[in-house]
Amino acid sequence: MKKKRKGVNYSKWGYIFIIPFILCFFIFSLIPLVDTIRYSFYEYYRSGIKEIGPTFIGFDNYTSLLQSDMIKYALNTVILWVIGFIPQIAVALLLAVWFTNTRKKIRGMQFFKVVIYLPNLIMASAFAMLFFTIFSTNGPINSILMSIGISNKPIDFMGSVFGTRSLIGLMNFLMWFGNTTIMLMAAIMGISVDVIEAAELDGCNSTKRFYYITLPLIRPILAYTLVTSIIGGLQMFDVPQIFTNGQGNPDRTSMTLIMFLNNHLKSKNYGMAGSLSVYLFIISGVLCFIVYRMTNNSDADSDRAIAKKKAKEEKRRR
Amino acid sequence: MKSAGINRLRSFVTYTVLILLSFMCLFFFYILIINATRSHADLQKGFSALPGKYFLENLRNVANDGSFPMFRGIFNSLIVSGSTAALCTYFSALTAYGLYAYEFKFKKAVFTFIMAILVMPTQVTAMGFLRLITKMGMYDSLLPMIIPSIASPSVFYFMHSYLQSSLPLSLVEAARIDGSGEYRTFNRIVLPIMKPALALQAIFTFVGSWNNYFIPALVIQSKNKMTVPILIATLRGADYMNFDMGKIYMMITVAIVPIIVVYLFLSKYIIAGVALGGVKE
Repeated sequence: MKKKRKGVNYSKWGYIFIIPFILCFFIFSLIPLVDTIRYSFYEYYRSGIKEIGPTFIGFDNYTSLLQSDMIKYALNTVILWVIGFIPQIAVALLLAVWFTNTRKKIRGMQFFKVVIYLPNLIMASAFAMLFFTIFSTNGPINSILMSIGISNKPIDFMGSVFGTRSLIGLMNFLMWFGNTTIMLMAAIMGISVDVIEAAELDGCNSTKRFYYITLPLIRPILAYTLVTSIIGGLQMFDVPQIFTNGQGNPDRTSMTLIMFLNNHLKSKNYGMAGSLSVYLFIISGVLCFIVYRMTNNSDADSDRAIAKKKAKEEKRRR
Repeated sequence: MKSAGINRLRSFVTYTVLILLSFMCLFFFYILIINATRSHADLQKGFSALPGKYFLENLRNVANDGSFPMFRGIFNSLIVSGSTAALCTYFSALTAYGLYAYEFKFKKAVFTFIMAILVMPTQVTAMGFLRLITKMGMYDSLLPMIIPSIASPSVFYFMHSYLQSSLPLSLVEAARIDGSGEYRTFNRIVLPIMKPALALQAIFTFVGSWNNYFIPALVIQSKNKMTVPILIATLRGADYMNFDMGKIYMMITVAIVPIIVVYLFLSKYIIAGVALGGVKE
């Protein structure tokens, strides 16, 4: 089939079909990337209406970023991500196990699936605006809390570090746990029925089955979820930006790295924005490499997993 | 066998957790919709679980507000998201087909390269991107949000996997023997086969573009070109306490309800698609 009949060479069509993609990527991603890296070595910013630079200053931008609040913002980003991610993965695992349990017939499962995935499609900025409005001191949440007597004066949720961070974490949790649940469900349903039946015959209860069968077999997809979630967390911007109006209040404790980048871009400090981007590029480059290894090794991995499963089964049968 | 009591307790716990989570997901939208139907004066008095009668009034206020042209914003968002979805799915399919069906020298290199940048965040090139489009004269226009979507590695990856599982190369060969040109074969034979994948990715790209905030906020300056997320952000930045709260709730409603309605119609399909993406990767 692969043999080219009558010596006609079709390979030029391959090139023609991928040209738009390659060209577009080259213009809108590669050139900007090179430009970004280049200006990270320059002093280049705007003060008032005067443009300063570009003058080559080597690694000065990088070192001054390290001395600035960048580390603090990186920590903020990690904290906000963790607050959202830990409940997200825990709840998603629990729900995925429940939903895929054939013994446990959950009524209205389709309804629950539709509802938990819903927040994922909501515009993050509108969602953050909504949270800001209903959690404000004279908003509906305070009104409800006061009318049922939990508190007698309005709680200033956005005034405390804990409140702001928890609310941002809650938003991230709500937006992503449905998505993770559905991904993990697909992974669990991919486990062969034979393995589960064999385990049941051997007297595995549901707790044991979870720890010794389900968890090890969905490990690759759990790792994938973790890494893609870290990449997503690194890009966290919409929710804290709108929620705190770009200030990262209180006291810039909810300022993320991309918000910091956004501030430099808005004030046209191209040098600093450039070197911050390079830092982000290096981190996400490492993460991309991990994802790349995972997606390309997954076949070999699952083959090995299947082989192992088979061996185990064989052992059991004897 | 476990006793019936334990089983009953277990299913009680299961449903309690599920209902609680569903409540958390829906409660905020419930408050939003209820409050969008109430007047500013009503809202100041506190929360009420029942809707008011000011829905149309609030909607009219939003429609007539010159400083936050919400409906103009929805129109802009529709243009951007619609064109993005169309361009992105078409060209991703074309690229995937090019790499799937043909043998050429750099095939492997190109594929590896695209896989390597699969999850690269767009934010890292934002600074260069901003300078580039300014030089190209596209600053403050909708084009910089549309054209770059031609190169979307993740959509490409999905399309490529789909082709691998559903397009036998013998079909392409047969079309050749019947005298169909290569480009025509793609449009008339390959695209119809890819319809499910195209529809699914079109939905996800549309939603992604509809909700996108980072790049548009850097590119758009003038009011009549703003998309919905930027308008929401301006609303947040404005002197907020002097506003008609009914109108604010209505603006948020207008921004998110269209997507919810579309989702309710296509939910089964969308959820199946998410699961598919999970298995593929």
